[in-house]
Amino acid sequence: MARPLLVLDRVEKRYDAGEISVVALREVNLAIFRGEYVAVMGASGSGKSTLMNILGCLDLPTRGRYVLAGTDVSGLDDTDLAAVRNRLIGFVFQSFNLIPRTNAQRNVELPMVYAGVKPRERSERARAALAAVGLSDRALHNPSELSGGQQQRVAVARAIVTDPAIVLADEPTGNLDTRSTGEMLDVFDGLHRSGRTIVLITHEADVAARASRVIRLSDGQIVSDELRAMRGAV
Amino acid sequence: MNLRENTRIALQGLASNRLRSALTMLGILIGVGAVIVLVAVGNGSSVAVQKQIEGLGTNTLVVFRTRGGFGGGGGFGGGRATNGTQSSVSQLTMKDVTALSDKTQAPDVKYIAPVISSSVTATYSGATYSPSQFVGTTSDYLSIRNYTVAEGTAFTADDVTSRNRVALLGQTVVTNLFGTQDPVGATVQFNGIDYHVIGVLTPKGSNGAQDQDDIVITPITAVQDTLAGANAALSNITIEAKSRGAMSAAADEVTTVLLGTHHITNPSNADFQVLNQATLLSTAGSTNHVFTVLLGAVAAISLLVGGIGVMNIMLVTVTERTREIGIRKAIGARRGDILGQFLVEAVLLSVMGGIIGVIAGLIVSRVKIVGVTPVVAPYSVALAFGVAIAVGLFFGLYPANRAAALRPIEALRHE
Repeated sequence: MARPLLVLDRVEKRYDAGEISVVALREVNLAIFRGEYVAVMGASGSGKSTLMNILGCLDLPTRGRYVLAGTDVSGLDDTDLAAVRNRLIGFVFQSFNLIPRTNAQRNVELPMVYAGVKPRERSERARAALAAVGLSDRALHNPSELSGGQQQRVAVARAIVTDPAIVLADEPTGNLDTRSTGEMLDVFDGLHRSGRTIVLITHEADVAARASRVIRLSDGQIVSDELRAMRGAV
Repeated sequence: MNLRENTRIALQGLASNRLRSALTMLGILIGVGAVIVLVAVGNGSSVAVQKQIEGLGTNTLVVFRTRGGFGGGGGFGGGRATNGTQSSVSQLTMKDVTALSDKTQAPDVKYIAPVISSSVTATYSGATYSPSQFVGTTSDYLSIRNYTVAEGTAFTADDVTSRNRVALLGQTVVTNLFGTQDPVGATVQFNGIDYHVIGVLTPKGSNGAQDQDDIVITPITAVQDTLAGANAALSNITIEAKSRGAMSAAADEVTTVLLGTHHITNPSNADFQVLNQATLLSTAGSTNHVFTVLLGAVAAISLLVGGIGVMNIMLVTVTERTREIGIRKAIGARRGDILGQFLVEAVLLSVMGGIIGVIAGLIVSRVKIVGVTPVVAPYSVALAFGVAIAVGLFFGLYPANRAAALRPIEALRHE
């Protein structure tokens, strides 16, 4: 088997709130391979948000190692973590999280701004990413002028524009109606088909059903990890 | 992330809260404008005083009589009693003037004019007026004090020798006695004695302390004959040095000559004082400098208050945009990127306020303020603008740092 893209090795996360110490993740071992479409499921409080934060390098594990694309990120400082997020990770959040009063084109360009990409290339790549999610005609609209589904597609465009190693989606359909949810999941299917590695966190079974692998979390531990359907799509 | 990108983002941020940005800028605007205007006022008054002192005649020395150095704290009479011989020479007399006119002893003296000042009441066909200065002197006095005759003629050395009762009137005296009438050729009574008006002096305005046009100038001999008495002591001796550079030399020569005529060996016992116009000028200059610095300092405080306003509004902005900061951090903004973004926004606020403040300051400085015509000091413009930028940087640093230090997950969770 090929080397995994991402490895969690006995990762533990605890939050200290005064006297009480809450364990959000305990002894989590996980390997995700390039091209996988993984759904992480679990009830609220199961630790899936914590897992997402650690996978996304927004937070560091209390104990254990996290190796992403060959880099051990467990010991990196703020600046290096920012660079890892910028180069290797694309985020899609439940509440879209676009920058207000900034049009779709500029929102998509933003990660490249921080990466130091030249304006000309930035704008070309942003246009291509918006085209990939079917929003070419909305490039100059501000988020407030877009529907929820459109905003989330802009967010996806922003997530993939830097060609990251992994796309992390945290309840991406949580704020969408049924139709937009369907469209969004189609977009993810398309990304999966084109070979992207996707980790999607959800509590909805029908959303998870689209994934090639489903991991269930409960009480900070992985309780099941099943491969679905064929991985032959890759 | 480069400066251009930060500036674009900052402008966008400022534009999204126009009123708030404008009010914050107003604080800086007032500060910068106040510094420029108040320093200009201080500077203007300093320039005005300097001009007035120069109007007195820049190369002028004035010799005053002081009480003799003997006897310490004793009264005037006491001084005389203890120094019998001193009493006859502790006055300034025409003998002193004659001695000072000796070019070998006082080569740096150009003009010399004995002066007797009296207090008189002038009357002309029912109108009465008391000029603040009534000066009996020689014709050189006009050159020394930079007086010129606007109308009629000046009196001459002949008028002095012939003891002619003629008078030159300042504009203020003319206005008070004659109104709009032409005074030249008229006869005016000073304390009841007839004087013939032969000329009107060109107006000089105030020198800050007194109205230089409230003056009557007559031949000293006429004053001795009619008002003061033949052996009257001189009020002062007004001297013009050959040049500005020769002032101290001239002052030294005058002192030496007068010590001789007054038979005083120890200069610290001198019964006269030589007042140097240049010294007066520098004293006035330093007083004005203190005044200007004080005004500037008051204005600088308002600039500081403006800076606190910037900090306040930046803290609000950072709080409001916490979520945006979280998004930016999640997609790869480094600490420095966020710091730069908010710092640029703060500096932009103060720079824009500063530019408008400079313009406002320059406009207001064109108006006469409390009788002073402001003279804008270029350094104050540069200083005020520079301080405005520094204030933006300084007061922007804390909020920007706070934004940069936010942890992405917490910032993202912020509603």
